[in-house]
This record gives sequence, C-alpha cells and structure tokens, in this order.
Amino acid sequence: MSILVLAEINDSTLALDATQRAVTAATQLGTVTLLCVGHGIEQAAVQAATINGVSGVIQVEDAALAQRLAEPTAALLADIVKGYTHLLAPATSDAKNILPRVAALLDVMVIADIISIDSTDTFRRPIYAGNAIQTVQSLDAIKVLTVRTTAFEPAPCNQQASIKTATTPELPVLSAWIENSVSSTERPDLASSKVVVSAGRGIGSAENFNIINQLADKLGAAVGASRAAVDAGYAPNDWQVGQTGKVVAPDLYIACGISGAIQHLAGMKDSKVIVAINSDEDAPIFQIADYGLVADLFEAVPEFSEQV
Amino acid sequence: MKKILVPIKRVIDYNVKVRVKADGTGVDLANLKMSMNPFDEIAVEEAIRLKEKGAAEEVVVVSIGVKQAQDTLRTALAMGADRAILVVTGDDVQQDVEPLAVAKILKALVEREGPDLVLAGKQAIDNDMNATGQMLSALLGWSQATFASDLEVEADKARVTREVDGGLQTLEVPLPSIVTVDLRMNDPRFASLPNIMKAKRKPLETLSSEDLGIDIRPRLAILNTEEPPARPPGERVTSVVELVDKLKTEAGVI
Repeated sequence: MSILVLAEINDSTLALDATQRAVTAATQLGTVTLLCVGHGIEQAAVQAATINGVSGVIQVEDAALAQRLAEPTAALLADIVKGYTHLLAPATSDAKNILPRVAALLDVMVIADIISIDSTDTFRRPIYAGNAIQTVQSLDAIKVLTVRTTAFEPAPCNQQASIKTATTPELPVLSAWIENSVSSTERPDLASSKVVVSAGRGIGSAENFNIINQLADKLGAAVGASRAAVDAGYAPNDWQVGQTGKVVAPDLYIACGISGAIQHLAGMKDSKVIVAINSDEDAPIFQIADYGLVADLFEAVPEFSEQV
Repeated sequence: MKKILVPIKRVIDYNVKVRVKADGTGVDLANLKMSMNPFDEIAVEEAIRLKEKGAAEEVVVVSIGVKQAQDTLRTALAMGADRAILVVTGDDVQQDVEPLAVAKILKALVEREGPDLVLAGKQAIDNDMNATGQMLSALLGWSQATFASDLEVEADKARVTREVDGGLQTLEVPLPSIVTVDLRMNDPRFASLPNIMKAKRKPLETLSSEDLGIDIRPRLAILNTEEPPARPPGERVTSVVELVDKLKTEAGVI
C-alpha cells in the first residue's frame, strides 16, 4: 500500500500536531509519503520531514495554492494521488473543504473522520453525533479519508526524510481569497491541548469569560465554548466544541455552565477525565462527568483557580 | 439571479437520542421523529431571504431518498420556497444514499434547472459526512464556499465569510457557485399555519433515480454499527476542595 498524506499547512506554517496524528494513522496502512502544498512552505516541508514514519516529502509550491482554496488544491491532489492507494488528511476545516472535492474528481467516496483502521479497506467512523460507530469497507480503488486526530497519537519527530519538489500542473483558479480574520490567542491550541476549560450559556456574558480564562491560564489549558455561548456572542465561533465545531479529547475537560446537549457531547465525550460544574443537578452533562459538582460557577470557578 | 436550488435532507430529529440495533445492522429509525436537517433549514432560510431582498426570483428545494421526504419538502415550501422536486431512490428508510450518489443526482438536476446558486447545509446530522456540497461542486466544475456564516450576492459573484479552524475567512466566488452553510448564518423562521396550508398547493414534482439514469449503488459496504463504548459511572463531589483533591490524587490530571 502506498499512502499519501496531506500535511496541514495554514499560512505557510505546518500544523505539526494534526499532521503527526494523521501520519500515525497512515503508517498503519503502508508506506507514507507526506505532501506539503502551499506557498512559502520550505520551512514547513523541512519540519514535516522530521516526522517518524514518513518515507519522503513532496513539496508543491505555487502562488495559486497560497490559501489552499478548494478548486486548485483539489485539482492538484486528484492529479498527484494517482499511483497511491490512499489519500489521508487530518479532519480539519481545511481538509473537510478539500478532500470531498478530490474524491468526487476521482469518482470515489470520501470517508470522513475515521477513528480506527481495521484493515487497508475497512475503517470505523462515528455517525449520529458520535452516538453510533459504523464500520465501513470501501469498494473504491483509491481510499480518500479524513482522520479524527484525537483518535490517534502524534508520531514522534526525530528523523529527516528526503524532500522532493514537484512541479504544478495547470491549476483552475475560480475563487478569490479576500481576507482572514484570525482570532489571536496565547493559549494552547484547542484541538491538541491536554486540558480544556469550557463554558456554556451559564456564563452569561463575554466579560464573565474572564473567570474561565483565569482558570485556563492556571492549568495551562485551552478555552472552549458550547454553541449557546458562541451564539450569544460570549465567545468566538472557533472556540465551539461539538458536532459542528471542534472535536477534542484532552486528559481533562472542565465543563462550566454547560447543560450537555447531544451536539456538545459529540465533541468532548472521549476526554479522559470530564468535570462538570453546573447549578442544575439534573443537567445531562452529569451523566458523563467523572466528577460532578453542583454549584454556582461564579463561586466555584474562581475558588478552583485559587486552589490550583 | 434567477434561481436558487436548495438540497434538503430528511433526518432523525436532532433532539432524539438514537438507538443502535442489537444485530449491528444500523440505527433504529422506525417510529422516530424525523425532521429537516438543521443545516438545511438554514440554507432554505437564506435562499428565501435572498428572494425577499429581490436578489433571487425563484427558490427550488430538492430532496433525495424515500417518498416520506415530501413532508420535509412541504416544510420548506411552507417556509417560502416556490417549488419542490423529490427524487425517490428506494423505499427503505434505513438506506442512506451516499454523498457521491446524491451529488450525481443533484448534478443532473442542476443541469436541468440551471440555478445560479446552490445553497446546501454543511453536513447532515445523521451520517456526519460533510461532503455532498463539495462533491457536487467538483462534478460541476464550479467554485465552492463551504461552512458559510455570511453571504452577500452581487450580479455575477458572491462574497462569502467562512467559519474555519482559526477564525473566519472571506472569499469571493463567481456565480454559479455552491455555498454550504454553517449554523451561524441565520435563524430559520417557523412556518405559519396559513403558509403550511398554502404549501400544500405548491408544485411538488416526483422523479426517481432511474428516471435520471444515476447509479446510486453504495461505494461503502456497512459491515457493522455499534454503540460507542460506555463511560464508567462518575461521582458527585460536594466542594471545590474535594474536586481539586480528586483531580490531583485520584485522577492525576492536574
């Protein structure tokens, strides 16, 4: 089996953790070639080549690939993947945008968000907001897969694979990139943080998130939010944990003022230890919490910060 | 813009806790409340708002699956869509048509209807694939803008704000294009009783996948469906002091 992995690159920077995890999944299938696509990505390719299990890196550099717009990137991938049996990428918003387009260009199905690999053609993935796990066998010649990163450990980085530069074919340019509005944060990345502190509607306002931020800073944690908190404008959309936001599985997840709707649980129920702080003792979140505290979060969270 | 096509899917209601069948063949959908996929409601709402602003002349909704999906189409007509197309692919409610097959059926309909814009949901809450819009776009050779939270349509292009991992991204796509919508694009309206009554008289055309000559055989064989592993029962603590102590000594996570 010859496996092509699309490295996650945002604005010329390698998303190392997500790429390492996708490589771990890919090495279960066969020989792994890592593909670095973008503009100004020499450093990203050098870093990608250090990931153990990668037998070689292909670097494709083109101004048309700068923001990895779906049309040129998918056209490139559909061309390069011929000769490989599998195409994998971490299930980020970037890959979810691009890989289904690649699959359709190849006339194959995409298999989204795999959580385990049974064999070279058989994979498991969650459906119904994680309330069922489906095992599917692909009948297609090329398997196109996105990998749920929380289900695979990151491959270590202590090697140096060779880097080959490939030339680009003529790429279709249909969309125009206008701007990115990136929320700046000093905190760890939500998807890969060991500890996550999240708040829901119970937080009441954007200002009140300060007590969540303080606890997160004490614990070196990332900050998350439920849909209710995002919809109410208390937190930016990219903090949302859940079926439609990010899926996290940290060592410790602290849910403050979050009721625990099905759609939120889909994004965090594989966390190793779950703590729930909620004033409603009947909140569904307590059914999956390892430690539940019925308390007013405005008293409990600052006290928590003092204790650690 | 003359026409917007909105694909909608009939799925299990988002509030229902699903049960996996004991024999591993799937999720039990018998006698459960079914509704329009929440993301598709947002797409229908956005299409209707564009029409109300005078930016579009007609909103056509389409659903693919069992004949009961006509209820879902009637809901969209009651919200304000003008006309509906139902493509019946079979009579087994347990049989989910894969995104690739759905995209091929939609391509045939797009070629027949000639819309300027296809507005779809970003994912269906049953199969959680997040693929159909992108696949349709690829098959048509059109541009795509996925996970949209804001959409401004001009004469021959659209400006779309997308929800991406690090924040927001704005793109400009030439029309015709495919836009898949995210949760924060709008709050879908409820259909009023008079509009529900009126919707019964709006045109609903029924086709079959054979009529369109599309092969919908699955590319993925479903070998098994099972419950996710259950978590061990947790415990209630009575104070923050006890909680921190347990996290330090028992769980060892802080």
